[in-house]
Amino acid sequence: MSFIADTVLAEPFAVLDLGAAPQGFRGRIRGLRAFASGGLPAEELERRLLELGFVEGAEVELLHQGLFGRDPIAIRVDSATIALRRREAAAVLVEPI
Amino acid sequence: MNEMSTGLRDLRIALVGNPNCGKTALFNTLTGSRQRVANYPGVTVERKEGSFLSPGGRRVRLLDLPGTYSLRARSPDEVVTRDVVLGQQAGVAPPDLLVCVADATNLRLGLRLILELKQAGRPLLVALNMFDIARHRGIEVDVERLSALLGLPVVTTVAVRRGGTEALLAAIDAQAPAAEAEAAWSAPDAAGLRALQREADRILAAVVRVPDRRDAVTRRLDAVLLHPVAGLVILLAVLFLMFQAVFAWAQPAMDLIDGGFQALGAAVGALLPEEGAAGLLRSFLQDGLIAGVGSVLVFLPQILVLFLFILLLEDFGYMARAAFLMDRIMGGAGLHGRAFIPLLSSFACAIPGIMSTRVIDSRRDRLATILVAPLMTCSARIPVYTLIIGAFVPDRPVGEGAWSWVGLQGLVMFGLYAAGILSALGMSFVFKRLLWRGQPTEPFMLELPDYKLPRLRNLGLGLWQRAKAFLRRAGTIILSMMVVIWFLSSVPRPPEGATQPAIEYSFAYSIGQAVEPLLRPIGFNWQIGVALIPGMAAREVAVASLGTVYAVQDAEEDTAQLGQALAGRWSLATALAFFAWYVFAPQCVATLSVIRRETGGQRWMWFSFGYMLALAYLAALATYQGARALGLG
Ligand SMILES: Nc1nc2c(ncn2[C@@H]2O[C@H](COP(=O)(O)OP(=O)(O)O)[C@@H](O)[C@H]2O)c(=O)[nH]1
Ligand SMILES: [Mg+2]
Repeated sequence: MSFIADTVLAEPFAVLDLGAAPQGFRGRIRGLRAFASGGLPAEELERRLLELGFVEGAEVELLHQGLFGRDPIAIRVDSATIALRRREAAAVLVEPI
Repeated sequence: MNEMSTGLRDLRIALVGNPNCGKTALFNTLTGSRQRVANYPGVTVERKEGSFLSPGGRRVRLLDLPGTYSLRARSPDEVVTRDVVLGQQAGVAPPDLLVCVADATNLRLGLRLILELKQAGRPLLVALNMFDIARHRGIEVDVERLSALLGLPVVTTVAVRRGGTEALLAAIDAQAPAAEAEAAWSAPDAAGLRALQREADRILAAVVRVPDRRDAVTRRLDAVLLHPVAGLVILLAVLFLMFQAVFAWAQPAMDLIDGGFQALGAAVGALLPEEGAAGLLRSFLQDGLIAGVGSVLVFLPQILVLFLFILLLEDFGYMARAAFLMDRIMGGAGLHGRAFIPLLSSFACAIPGIMSTRVIDSRRDRLATILVAPLMTCSARIPVYTLIIGAFVPDRPVGEGAWSWVGLQGLVMFGLYAAGILSALGMSFVFKRLLWRGQPTEPFMLELPDYKLPRLRNLGLGLWQRAKAFLRRAGTIILSMMVVIWFLSSVPRPPEGATQPAIEYSFAYSIGQAVEPLLRPIGFNWQIGVALIPGMAAREVAVASLGTVYAVQDAEEDTAQLGQALAGRWSLATALAFFAWYVFAPQCVATLSVIRRETGGQRWMWFSFGYMLALAYLAALATYQGARALGLG
């Protein structure tokens, strides 16, 4: 198990996944817990999230959500705004600030 | 390589960067109208190349590469960017210099890409673009420090301002001839990406001071435009406005073009006698050439209005929002949220639409979009719809009072567009169920850029490119088809003392007669059969062909009165069946050949041809028989 997952397990209560966050949520990324999704292997999803700036320590804010199933969501990650679905956002572990 | 040859030959520069960082704006400002759009050999990724003279007198050849977040290419677009950057693209010499364009207001992801490019060992120059916006928002960047930390030359640019590229031009002139370094790059793994982003963040912390993180205008606009309910309503309203505009705004220019060609035809007609060989030439010039070209060119204004909207929305930054709003709805049909932009472009023409599916990473999702893109109502259908609507739908408001601004004709047009959209969504749903059962759509991930005021110059250049492409098409495929149809419908000439209309002696008549039994159940007569054949080359040709067929049949009648001619000859049921046919029929050879190229084989091309033809026939059959049953026959 990776270093990040260990840190996450050490503080289970402060951390939630971004896919479950309500609109207006603000937090800091604690780690990525990628899984296979949408035909992508876990490792590939992790790299795509990293390329869009979802890196440990970055500040996030859930700005907007869609009408149907509150999906997709628009996330502010530092200076960029990224749209993604809640399903994939669940791979991003965050702690509220 | 010796210094002499480097000094003499053109300097090759490529622009790399994230999507929306201003590469195209920079490209336009630097090259002006000296640009050429072609394809990379073997792939259909658009290759935008231009040239300019640097202040130092050096000729520079500039390449605008597709935007990317990483060299770890996943879509065909990104593969081209990677291969050009690494000097591995067939037919493209390795660039002497890569200009990495980065958005100064959103440096984080751009900086990571720059670090990755630096690892690849190519000669780099960093252009901090949108510096005007950064300054306006009080974002302070220590450029010298950034350059020192990166170990790369850094300049600031304002791509949309004429003087905004001076520093970049000076840096290009100062560029020492690049040593031929071997590009060494391997795809970074997750740990590598993390490390690069951490380093980028460290550099950012040292050189950038951001007082206010979010653009206030974007925040306020998004509160409305991305609102779950209001956002969708506004999106619909924008699309509706777009279609009304296509009809209303283009009309004066269309009347002008139409009148011009009629006058030209009459002038040529007056010069030549009606009999003998000169009569054949007269008929060719007047009915074949001038009427044919005119009947296609007249739709240029509508196509430009449509592209104007698409370009405006794209430059404004709304297209990505539209994809966000539509993601769930598209997802319900088994389409990727990113398919929205290709499908919207297909309203103009399926060819750029199909080509822009390259932004979709997964092959399956891409294929689903490619298969249904031709169902979107492309601008080549507008001429046909316009003609039939003009002939069969009264030009009056839908209702009184509040509804008096909505025209009935516009409403029918909207309905036809809606039919195209619904059938595209429906078919992709069917394909997903039948062809790719249980295989999920790839994740939707898209950056939403800050809103920008669209620039006249970019719009102008974009429109000019679209107009050029359309005119080239009108001048080649469409014109040659017009000549063929004129030939078929004028030769052989009627014998001396013939009693029947001239066209009944022609080849066209024989062809029309031959296919008529097949078309009778869907309410088409032989004239429609004749018009559909050249309509395969390009949909809009059918209008000119109908004009030719009917004009040659009644030489007295002018093609401008074609609508009236049709209203007199077709039943309403036939007109409705014709609409139904046109919503579905695979009537565009160019689209089919693009499908073949983009899917890498004949299989999917024949598949789309077959399914669209079957749909067209069935829809026309149901419409015609249904309308007759209702007493409209
Ligand atoms: N104010 C300002 N706007 C810019 C600048 N560069 C680009 N833009 C705008 O940013 C938007 C995206 O630019 P574009 O060239 O299409 O980005 P690309 O995706 O990298 O090709 C357009 O609306 C441009 O007009 C700049 O330096 N200043
Ligand atoms: Mg561009």
